[in-house]
Amino acid sequence: MPVRTIGSLQVEVDGEGYLVNPQDWTPEIAKAFAQEEGIALTDRHWEVINFVRKFYEENGQSPTIRQITVGAGIPTKDLFKLFPGGPAKKVARIAGVPKPAGCI
Amino acid sequence: MAEQTRKMAFICSKGDLDMAYPALIMGWAALGVGVDVTIFFTFWGLDLIRKSRVDNLQLAPVGNTSMRTGMMGFPFDIGIPQIVGVLPGMTAFATALMKGKMKKLDVPPVREMLEMLHDAGAKLYACKMTVDMAGLKKEDFLEVVDDIVTATDFIEMTEGAQIVFI
Repeated sequence: MPVRTIGSLQVEVDGEGYLVNPQDWTPEIAKAFAQEEGIALTDRHWEVINFVRKFYEENGQSPTIRQITVGAGIPTKDLFKLFPGGPAKKVARIAGVPKPAGCI
Repeated sequence: MAEQTRKMAFICSKGDLDMAYPALIMGWAALGVGVDVTIFFTFWGLDLIRKSRVDNLQLAPVGNTSMRTGMMGFPFDIGIPQIVGVLPGMTAFATALMKGKMKKLDVPPVREMLEMLHDAGAKLYACKMTVDMAGLKKEDFLEVVDDIVTATDFIEMTEGAQIVFI
C-alpha cells in the first residue's frame, strides 16, 4: 500500500486514495483530502464528517448516503451540494472510513 | 476534472412494485458516486410517477415463478401453484410481503425514493406518447417529474450515456 505524507503525518492509503486504517484519521487529513476534491470544509461539512466518524466507530461500517441524511438530519439536496460529484465516495474518503457497503 | 462525467439513463417500462425498484436503486447508487442520471418513464412505467398510482404499486404472484414458499417465511422452499396466485387477495398479500421486506432493509417507498433521486440531481421524464395514449396531463404526475418529453428528446439528451432498459 502506498504511504502518503500529510503535514507531519505518514499514512497508508489504498489505490483509490482511501485511508487503509481509519484510526489514522485526523482533521488535517480531512482538510487535505477535501482540498484534493476541491472542497473547502465549512461547519456544515464537519457536521457530516463527525457524524460519519461516530457512525463508523459505533457500527464498524460506513454509513450509506441515506443513513447520513436521516441520521445527521441533512437534506439530500444539501448533502449533494456540500460534496458535489458523488457524496457516497467523497464523504467516506474525507472522513477516513471505507466506502459504504449498502446501496441506499 | 479532466475526464468527462459518466452518464447513465434508465428506461422504466414496467409498473409493478418489483420492477419499480431496480432503476431507482441503481440510479441512487450512480448519483452517490457522481454519475449523471436520467430516468425515462414509459408505458406501464408511468405508474411510478403518477400521483394516483405511486403509493399503490403491486406485486402479482401470477406468472412469477420466483415467488416460492421460502420468500413467505416458510422453512421449506417450494414453488407455489399458479392457481393459488389467482385467488382473491393474493396480489395484495404478495405486495404487503414485499413492502415489509423492503422496509426491514430500510429501503424507502417509491414516492420517497423518487424525491431522493430528484433532490440528488437526477432528471425524471415522462414519455409523451404514452402520456397522450393514457390521456394524462402534467398535473397527473408527481412534482419531481421534470417534463414530458418525446422519445427523440430522450435519445438526444442521453447522448453518450449508458442506457439500461427495465
